[in-house]
Amino acid sequence: MENKEHIISILVHNKPDVLARIAGTLGGKGYNIESLCVNTTTKYEISKIVMATIGNQATIARIENQLQRLVDVIQVDDLTNVDSIHREMILVRLNFAEDKKEQIKKAIDTYKWKVIVSNDAFVILEITGDKPQIDLALARLEPLGVTDITRTGIVALDLKG
Amino acid sequence: MKLKGSQILLKMLEEEKVDIIFGYPGGSVLDIYDQLYKSNIKHILVRHEQGAVHAADGYARATGKVGVCLVTSGPGATNTVTGIATANMDSIPIVVFTGQVPTALIGNDAFQESDITGITRPCTKHNFLVRSVEELASTIKEAFHIARSGRPGPVLVDLPKNVMATETDYDPASIKIRNYDIFHKPAPKKMAQVLEMLTQAKKPLIMTGGGVILGKAAAELTELARLYQIPVTGTLMGLGSFPGTDPLWLGMLGMHGTFYANMAVSHCDLLIAVGVRFDDRVTGTIETFAANAKIIQIDIDPSSINRNVVVELPIIGDTKATLRDMIKFLAEHNYTPLPTERSEWLKQTAEWREKVPLTYCQNGQVIKPQYVIETLRKLTKGNVIVTTEVGQNQMWTAQFFQFDKPNTFITSGGLGTMGYGLPAAIGVKCAFPDKQVVDIAGDGSIQMNIQELATAAQYNISVKIVLLNNGYLGMVRQWQELFYEKRYSHTDMSYAPDFVKLAEAYGIVGLRAIKPGEVEPVLQKGLSIDKPVLMDFQVSREECVYPMVRPGESISEMELGTREMIN
Repeated sequence: MENKEHIISILVHNKPDVLARIAGTLGGKGYNIESLCVNTTTKYEISKIVMATIGNQATIARIENQLQRLVDVIQVDDLTNVDSIHREMILVRLNFAEDKKEQIKKAIDTYKWKVIVSNDAFVILEITGDKPQIDLALARLEPLGVTDITRTGIVALDLKG
Repeated sequence: MKLKGSQILLKMLEEEKVDIIFGYPGGSVLDIYDQLYKSNIKHILVRHEQGAVHAADGYARATGKVGVCLVTSGPGATNTVTGIATANMDSIPIVVFTGQVPTALIGNDAFQESDITGITRPCTKHNFLVRSVEELASTIKEAFHIARSGRPGPVLVDLPKNVMATETDYDPASIKIRNYDIFHKPAPKKMAQVLEMLTQAKKPLIMTGGGVILGKAAAELTELARLYQIPVTGTLMGLGSFPGTDPLWLGMLGMHGTFYANMAVSHCDLLIAVGVRFDDRVTGTIETFAANAKIIQIDIDPSSINRNVVVELPIIGDTKATLRDMIKFLAEHNYTPLPTERSEWLKQTAEWREKVPLTYCQNGQVIKPQYVIETLRKLTKGNVIVTTEVGQNQMWTAQFFQFDKPNTFITSGGLGTMGYGLPAAIGVKCAFPDKQVVDIAGDGSIQMNIQELATAAQYNISVKIVLLNNGYLGMVRQWQELFYEKRYSHTDMSYAPDFVKLAEAYGIVGLRAIKPGEVEPVLQKGLSIDKPVLMDFQVSREECVYPMVRPGESISEMELGTREMIN
């Protein structure tokens, strides 16, 4: 069985320590969390955690079972093998160094990047997409001189309807 | 009705029908102890918090009810960790109440503060820090529900001092908790598969585990095995879930399992595993474990399935309900085992039993530890609840005692906690004051919680300690003998107190046997005294537990001991 990235969606009661319990359960059993996204759902008492982890099918099944044991966990779904959409977001600051200014403006036009803040000194961009799209954007941003960046974990929804 | 937090705690304990608490007071729980002073709930003052948890655990294992303990913050709380981890590994329902510094001081490194919910997160089923008195009653109710439902386990409730001293409205009828339990009803399709697999099987075997005892399913398991003449083996935690004197019983399997049980597992073509988790001490090398068998696994916890051993038919469900469904389904579909094939299989297991029986050799002037256990079994006719410490004493008890009833063998299986047996026996005896309760101990283990002799003495909790005293950390020494060329590195414990004098110093009775002829009279005398008794049996120093499967080997490859040993 090959190792690959799995996107796991976990519905939980929004209780103190719930994230620590989930992270501790995985860490204590020797599994690594590659990326993580947590927030409340439309109900404040219920949160959704979307987590990326790497393993083969048997490992992932074990992770799901271990998570199901937790009292605050309501539901666990592996979104990897079902039709689902995945998104990440980055916020990037590019400083307008004299030699880069024109290059940066041209790239923003070409790639239709969304500008959140722009002044004389720098620009902050918001870019969303799935993992390959974000990785591509990062490759394009790199020569422009990224001065700061923050990247979310993956959020995902299945297409079951 | 307006009540203080400490009063609500006691009211809720009464609601949960708690009749006894094992505890140790301290600064953060003074308000609670002040309420206990006026309460009808019995409190046993232990001498170390670890002892409180083991006592609550022993109480829970013997009764099937939730055991309760109460300790103070900081070191009081951290001293409970080994006890909690012990209960967690064996899925034992207990609720541990810990004091905590006032909420305003949490996080300040206050005097006797510890982040006990953080520390115990990985070794509890769940835990709570009660942040306000308003959430106290529902949290306690939820804690008991979580401890006893589904796959049981320990729950810790951390109680800040100010929450205990604050008043709020208390109305037991209005307390609501959410239901977290997901009950899996076995699908009829699975029962059809069971029937098909059993029909095809020529050499079926049942493997029973702790889940059968926890699920109160011993009667169903016994009925299934006897109805269809299926031989039964069990894990350490499963002992007592099938009568140890029944001809179908093959004894324990695994590292110190019987030759015939390990051979049966290795040769069976269908293994019905009920309430087990395939621990490494049970399976030996995974690749060769039950290599010729299809496996049906019944367990309430999905995480126990396909974890170590891959099974053909997993059934997630309560062991009692599932076995009952199975018995009904098999009867409705007129399942009958093929008579010749089944009798050949039973003949085969009997041959293995005859070839290498479980045995030892009581010759000479030195007491053999197995002889003490067999004599105890003979004198009590098995009508006794036995706890053990951990190591050789535990394995010999598992091999030789022949437990007939569930909840009568109380031992730390998963964690293997030395010092468990004495406080656990105290907990059991508190639950069943009229029953004979015996801790079969080793001289190493007993010293880890020896202070609890004072607890037994204070309340005249007349537990009987059968000390198999070989002056060694016997099981570690055995491994050194077999795998480290007899380099007994730091396992000689012959520098020890005179246990008879020690018992007397604590105010209990101490007896000693040195020669084999003294074993029976000492046991008879010790068992007849209505006081705590420590019986010091000076046993053969270098006796080994056999059979033994070397770590990392297949369980069909066993060391059987010398010819003299197996006669």
